[in-house]
Amino acid sequence: MTGFRTLLRKEVLRFRKVAVQTVAAPVLTALLYLLVFSQALADHVQPFPGVPYVAFLVPGLVMMSVLQNAFANASSSLIQSKVTGNLVFVLLPPLSPLELFGAYVLAAVARGLMVGLGVFAVTAFFVPPAFAAPAWILVFAVLGSAILGTMGLIGGIWAEKFDQIAMFQNFLIMPATFLAGVFYSVHALPPFWQSVSHLNPFFYMVDGFRYGFFGHSDVPPTVSLAIVLATLALAAGVALRMLGTGWRIRH
Amino acid sequence: MTPAIDVRSVHKRYGDFEALRGVSLEIAQGEFFGLLGPNGAGKTSLIAIVAGLNRASTGSVRVMGHDVVADYRAARRALGVVPQELVFDPFFTVRETLRLTSGYYGLARNDPWIDEILHHLDLTSKADANMRALSGGMKRRVLVAQALVHRPPVIVLDEPTAGVDVELRQTLWAFVRRLNREGHTIVLTTHYLEEAQELCGRIAMLKQGRVVALERTADLLGRFGGGTVTLRLSRAPLPEGLRPLQAGEPLPDGRIALRLEDWQGLEPVLARLREAGCHVDEMELAHTDLEDVFLRVMAGGH
Repeated sequence: MTGFRTLLRKEVLRFRKVAVQTVAAPVLTALLYLLVFSQALADHVQPFPGVPYVAFLVPGLVMMSVLQNAFANASSSLIQSKVTGNLVFVLLPPLSPLELFGAYVLAAVARGLMVGLGVFAVTAFFVPPAFAAPAWILVFAVLGSAILGTMGLIGGIWAEKFDQIAMFQNFLIMPATFLAGVFYSVHALPPFWQSVSHLNPFFYMVDGFRYGFFGHSDVPPTVSLAIVLATLALAAGVALRMLGTGWRIRH
Repeated sequence: MTPAIDVRSVHKRYGDFEALRGVSLEIAQGEFFGLLGPNGAGKTSLIAIVAGLNRASTGSVRVMGHDVVADYRAARRALGVVPQELVFDPFFTVRETLRLTSGYYGLARNDPWIDEILHHLDLTSKADANMRALSGGMKRRVLVAQALVHRPPVIVLDEPTAGVDVELRQTLWAFVRRLNREGHTIVLTTHYLEEAQELCGRIAMLKQGRVVALERTADLLGRFGGGTVTLRLSRAPLPEGLRPLQAGEPLPDGRIALRLEDWQGLEPVLARLREAGCHVDEMELAHTDLEDVFLRVMAGGH
């Protein structure tokens, strides 16, 4: 347990030591989205009855920040360690695949939640927050960041260079989060794009998270929870298998 | 007694390339063991497999009786490795680095021992310096310290003195010798053969993934008795009859080295030179050293 706790602590220290870049910067980015989109769209869109667009947008932005930063934390830590060679410091000690997995993913969850909390705190100045079902907020934030942390771990193990991680991030993670209904309700889309959105697991993370604020969502939160849990189980299975065989890290 | 390291028929293939072709060797507890070979001979591959940084394609490795795959936790706890590459984590200070490494090995409170290691490696004044701020030599010392935080019975040093100044080399060897005296098994790879000759009780030489020599250092040196005589000649060239004794090309300063199987052979050599009208301007005798042995083993002459 000490080994796992130490690695978790190291991973949290790593992003806290550069918090301006890892926490403050994404909060600022989210704030810019809020200002721009709320100005541009506030008068044209009302996704849920009785919920103004800006209020609707805030949980989406919070969740997008949570997800992207959870991914960035695990993936950048791993790729940095691989490129600089100091990954050897965690490969030599008697750490099990499960301990490695747990430490990297929980640190990613911690970063995701910290950034999410920051975005939420800043946006609360503009929009009074609603808390229809707060337990769901926490459940989806934790599970969503765990999934993205796991994907970051997988990406970090797979990639051998920084630009491969950037590719993973720009061509997979960014589009999937943007098209997950962060900025709009998928009900506003044409039927074809609605069904496409329903194939995107990120959609359920955002939708379930938003349910916690408004008690209103595109699909029932229990359905989202089931899909999110299944996604996490699948991703965790892949990551643990990779760590167990030592693919690309013990070669 | 359980061997410190037990390597059995280890093969390692990367696609078509075979880095290790059936390596077997046993290193006893308390030995100071040298692993020598040219670049690409498989030394680092073998060490990576022992350390669990890589996996053998076939064959098995045990550290203090623990299989490095099936019982990796116990095997890794028994092993301290100083990697060849000068790696460090730029986010942390020296002390933070050593505390983290201790934690990875399950040691929550390790400061008294960390202080002792820092002292012996002359790092105490750098304890709170960030890793980025250290010179190469200092970073190397931290790598050595990291390999020792969990007091492993077996310590592997993979070319620890590559590009390191004389002072650190001496500090390092004094400390490693002390660890060896205290009962730690030491495995060393190095390109400095005089270092290996001085330190190692037993030596394995690897060539193209195979063990080509595995003997006590003294026996290895004894097996190639005699030595070399280095001559500067004038008036006549080296007689044809002595050509087979010539060790390699003439030196850059024009001197010629001849290998002698034993010192009895010296007198006839001088007689041949006299008969051929050669004038000996300069002569130097040297006992066989590990470098000669190494070159001869690598050239295939046993």
